[in-house]
Amino acid sequence: MKQMNLLQAVNNALDLAMARDDTVLCFGEDVGHFGGVFRATSGLQDKYGNDRCFNTPLTEQGIVGFANGLAAKGLKPVAEIQFADYIFPAFDQLVNETAKFRYRSGNQFNVGGLVVRTPYGGGIAGGHYHSQSPEAYFVHTPGLRVLVPRGPVQAKGLLLAAIDCPDPVIFFEPKRLYRAAVAEVDEGHYQLPLDQAEVVRQGSDITLLGWGAQMEYLLNAAELAEGEGISCEVIDLQSLLPWDEDTVVESVLKTGRLLISHEAPLTGGVGAEIAATVQQRCFLYLESPIARVCGLDTPFPLALEKQYMPDQYKILDAIHATMNF
Amino acid sequence: MTNPNNATITLVHRARFVDGHGLTIPTFRLLKDDGQLYADAAEPVLDRQQALAMYRSMVATRLLDERMLAAQRQGRISFYLQSLGEEAQAVASAAALAPDDMILAQYREQGALLHRGFTLDQFMNQLFSNEDDLGRGRQMPVHYGCRELNFMTISSPLATQIPQATGYAYGQRLAGEAAVTLCYFGEGAASEGDFHAGLNMAAVLKTPVIFFCRNNGYAISTPASEQFVGDGIASRAVGYGIRTLRVDGADTLAVFEATRQARQLMLEEPQPVLIEAMSYRLGAHSSSDDPSGYRSRAEEERWRKRDPIGRYRLWLGHRGWLNEDEDRRHSDGLRRQILEAMKRAEQKHKPPLESLVEDVYAAVPRHLERQLDRLKKQDAANRKRERA
Repeated sequence: MKQMNLLQAVNNALDLAMARDDTVLCFGEDVGHFGGVFRATSGLQDKYGNDRCFNTPLTEQGIVGFANGLAAKGLKPVAEIQFADYIFPAFDQLVNETAKFRYRSGNQFNVGGLVVRTPYGGGIAGGHYHSQSPEAYFVHTPGLRVLVPRGPVQAKGLLLAAIDCPDPVIFFEPKRLYRAAVAEVDEGHYQLPLDQAEVVRQGSDITLLGWGAQMEYLLNAAELAEGEGISCEVIDLQSLLPWDEDTVVESVLKTGRLLISHEAPLTGGVGAEIAATVQQRCFLYLESPIARVCGLDTPFPLALEKQYMPDQYKILDAIHATMNF
Repeated sequence: MTNPNNATITLVHRARFVDGHGLTIPTFRLLKDDGQLYADAAEPVLDRQQALAMYRSMVATRLLDERMLAAQRQGRISFYLQSLGEEAQAVASAAALAPDDMILAQYREQGALLHRGFTLDQFMNQLFSNEDDLGRGRQMPVHYGCRELNFMTISSPLATQIPQATGYAYGQRLAGEAAVTLCYFGEGAASEGDFHAGLNMAAVLKTPVIFFCRNNGYAISTPASEQFVGDGIASRAVGYGIRTLRVDGADTLAVFEATRQARQLMLEEPQPVLIEAMSYRLGAHSSSDDPSGYRSRAEEERWRKRDPIGRYRLWLGHRGWLNEDEDRRHSDGLRRQILEAMKRAEQKHKPPLESLVEDVYAAVPRHLERQLDRLKKQDAANRKRERA
């Protein structure tokens, strides 16, 4: 075990994957010698050479198109998109090509092994175009897997599993936690299951559900609520597509209440999908309407970032409203 | 004088704007309209068997196209794209490749797939989206693909295959394979961002990919003059630092030789090549389109005289390699085989209901199992209603 922050855990996972399998390649803008803007790929070019860890021209659609071709050839590309805000030029390649390679070819060709890593989310004074959470666009696309780790242990275990996964994966890394989240991480090769939510705190009064950077706020809110005698069960969804309905439903059947929190805007967000499914499967067990604490339906701001973001106090207030419905 | 950014710097002291039209790229042509070689042209190394195989693939492509366009008109298939006038480009370029070379196509390159050995039954199964379609009935007609023949399944979005070809070729280079990737696209697709991304990445990352642009003059109804300014598509590749050759797309021998030499170049040293084949789309863009609304019959007639199959047939005749009776018998036989294959394909079942949720992921996930269960019950109930 070794103390690692989230970035070091990502770097360690890539290092292990590249050491074990020479078809694993890392590339993107500034990913080579420089190690990426956040330094997630630091040292990999020195270790594995310019052919396996390299810079590309500044073209997101090119990077993902190139990765599609490589993966179709049977290699395992781990492409970095510098900020999730910049993933949209690659949208067509991801949703029309990556997601449908296996389906449209009748399983003659596939791009399993393809991973697109990209830092998402606010809280770093990044403002507009450096803080978005675009996961919902991809969760609407059959054929993709969408993962969001909440800390170093999950980042490493999920990323290693993603690289070995026979389906293409979009891996959103919570950049607010890149250096802030530190944990004891197993230095060896381990993988976490890709379509399983994790119950990170047991409780009996209400289920709090989230993913990625939002987990920290949910756990803080659960702690505050505990002081008031409210018992919160907290679940980290981890995989947003496919998502683990059964773990969530089981918890809501027990607690009778659900609160979902995400940084992305409320309307059409992943929370809406989960609320609809849980409402259908748990209707007679629900004690109150399902609550959502999310970003506003506005672009992500700079000056009023703190006000924009869902935090533990917004969550606590929503817990109160739900408990007192 | 060269600066660190690979740009040549020659100093001048009066502003002198460079006009792109100053770069004119010649067209490589071997056969004259009468099927004779130009005096200074070197004949490609081709034996009779290879030369006839190319001819037969072009003829078969045309016969298949004629028949299937008629089938679309009769309402038997929903859509079709013919390659009338462009058969030489697909067939002769594919003929210059080795079987291990990967092909990423746009559409209108059925000749390449046919030349590689895709059977009439395989074509028909795809066109009729039946249970034996390799693509399992999921895409519109003409979106072929065949793993065994190294022909990547075609997708509808334009130009997406261009950066993918760059990536595939990078994988070939990394694996040390003596193989290349050939990527077809039309001059219309060269306006998409993927074209620029794919070419630039190929140049920078030195991948062995042949970008084969079929400049056939039209993107659906939009003529090339409304698509781009400058000297065709070839001049763009020069700007990216990619070796480039413009070829007469209706000259079977020139297309073959251009592709053969491009492949040879990249086996010696991994690097991309762009070939711009100049031709004309004699037919409609697709079965949903009527070219009489945007171009003249006179224009079409001019190009009809430059039919690639006719010119190549004359050369085969001069060579003494084509027996007319045999040729006619061969075509008649082929017409029969096409009809028979079509009837077989029409009678086959649709893919099973399960295929709806298969291949979305490597394994069917839980939520899709649930959706399939519901659908099966609904489907059974609907059948019962229809019987009642």
